[in-house]
Amino acid sequence: MSESKGTNFRTIAVDMIARVEGEGALRVTVKDGVVQDVELRIFEPPRFFEAFLEGRHYEEVSDIVARICGICPIAYQMSAVHALEQIFAVRVEGTLRDLRRLIYCGEWIESHTLHVYMLQAPDFLGYASAIAMAKDHPEIVTRGLRIKKAGNALMTLLGGRSVHPVSVNVGGFSRVPLRRELESLREELLWAREAAMETIRWVVGFDYPDFAQDYTFVALHPPDEYPFNDGPIVSSNGLRIDPAEFEQHFSEEQVPYSNALHCTLHGSPYCVGPLARLNLNRDHLTPLAKQALADTGLSLPLRNPFHGIIARSVEILYSIEEALRIIERYEPPPSPSVPVTVRAGIGMACTEAPRGILYHRYRVDHNGLIREAKIVPPTSQNQRRIEEDLRAYMPRVLDLPNKQAALGCEKVIRCYDPCISCATHFLKLDIQRDA
Amino acid sequence: MTNTGERHPIRIIGVGNLFRADDAVGLLAAQRLKDLVKDRAEVIEAELAGLNVLDLMSGTPAVILIDAARSGQPSGTIHRLDASADPISGDLFPHSTHVLNAVDAIEMGRALGLLPSRVILYGVEVGDTTAGTALSPAVADALDQVVEKVLRELEGLACTSGS
Repeated sequence: MSESKGTNFRTIAVDMIARVEGEGALRVTVKDGVVQDVELRIFEPPRFFEAFLEGRHYEEVSDIVARICGICPIAYQMSAVHALEQIFAVRVEGTLRDLRRLIYCGEWIESHTLHVYMLQAPDFLGYASAIAMAKDHPEIVTRGLRIKKAGNALMTLLGGRSVHPVSVNVGGFSRVPLRRELESLREELLWAREAAMETIRWVVGFDYPDFAQDYTFVALHPPDEYPFNDGPIVSSNGLRIDPAEFEQHFSEEQVPYSNALHCTLHGSPYCVGPLARLNLNRDHLTPLAKQALADTGLSLPLRNPFHGIIARSVEILYSIEEALRIIERYEPPPSPSVPVTVRAGIGMACTEAPRGILYHRYRVDHNGLIREAKIVPPTSQNQRRIEEDLRAYMPRVLDLPNKQAALGCEKVIRCYDPCISCATHFLKLDIQRDA
Repeated sequence: MTNTGERHPIRIIGVGNLFRADDAVGLLAAQRLKDLVKDRAEVIEAELAGLNVLDLMSGTPAVILIDAARSGQPSGTIHRLDASADPISGDLFPHSTHVLNAVDAIEMGRALGLLPSRVILYGVEVGDTTAGTALSPAVADALDQVVEKVLRELEGLACTSGS
């Protein structure tokens, strides 16, 4: 961390914000004790990948987009194959659709558990890192690692490789598991279900700042299930659209201080991710997850970003239960995929990445080559909302020494689990205030 | 993912992202080593592995890890760190495209008492990590060198383990 003094401003620069995946920077300008500007800068490789995809055959897309993000490869694959299937008028239903939900469960379990235990819990318990926390609470960290591993096992089985799935493709899968292969995961998932309930009880006991904000929540909202792969996009303000209409309502704009585009809904910031999903889809939780949520004593909608860790924990429990449900009724389908006939066209899809809706649009020519690709990741959708939260939070930390002020900002940013891993290395924090 | 289903006393783990240019270097090293080490070690290509490296290290007494590093030194610089005795500074391996990185996995393993008795980490300084499948020239040279260094390391480890 460095500090410099100019004539009007004091500058605080923190070279790296720990436990935020990716590269970015935060600049806060304060004048006469009032926050002037909050600028979150994110370097965003999905944009590079859009160009990288052009000219590729549609069959390569799933494999390429899985490498955009180390944390949510399934989400990138799912949005891609659904968009491409829309072009080719392919419908993936029945058991194959269940398997896609199942592998998505694996990703949510793994990604959410990583965030709850390794990235955000240290903030609440006063540790600089999960490693420091592990020294004092080895049994808790070990529990988190084991839940995470149960999610990883699902992804490994259905994806072929652990964090790098290779078998999701347009039309279905390159292979499907045997019944006994899925059953082999059941026992560990039953353990994980108990551990997930313990997790909820654990995080509810944390000390939460009173910081309710006025959000517009946006999530998929299928009629009869918690959202993963499809469903209309709805908002807490009454929006209800097909994902194909995304770009008619959500627009991206370039801001001078970041190479990431800011996405807004009708010009206003909005919130995607676990809080939004839970608030908009609570009726689709399993009875056990509903009960666990009720036992927290919290009433929905949750409007405190720090409660995201609770929403995430409830979703871990839901994902484990949904995985068990799918495994218990699984019969291998006759074929791992449905036939695909290539045709030219444009297709759009949204699926629920762990951090919120992930939009893909592709234009394909009659040879099946990608002519245009557009990817709107959840972090760029939350970016404006994170800035708004920081603006509201800054007065609480302005009187603190620089280091603590920076830590307070980091905690707000981490509530969103910003996957700037879609964005690589580190986040610099720069607070400018009058001397 | 591994070259054989057997368990070896020495495991080589290469971490990287195949489509993020220089970031792939550890993974590419593992791919090359798979053919070169034959039955002398188990080789794991750990794409985007992050904290999962902790699981990948379990059950073996000696591990050689190869990953991308970024500490401000010229790209292509190769660092060798012996993680067996002392903690590794995270400064060399900032939070990477592989979520929590290999150093986090090592230090988590140390905190929980799960670390293999020998852990050697090779870090290759990277330049471009945006999108693409080509290594920059300096990192391509370093790939050749790190493969050689790991082969020599393997001989040393095999001697000390008496196999």
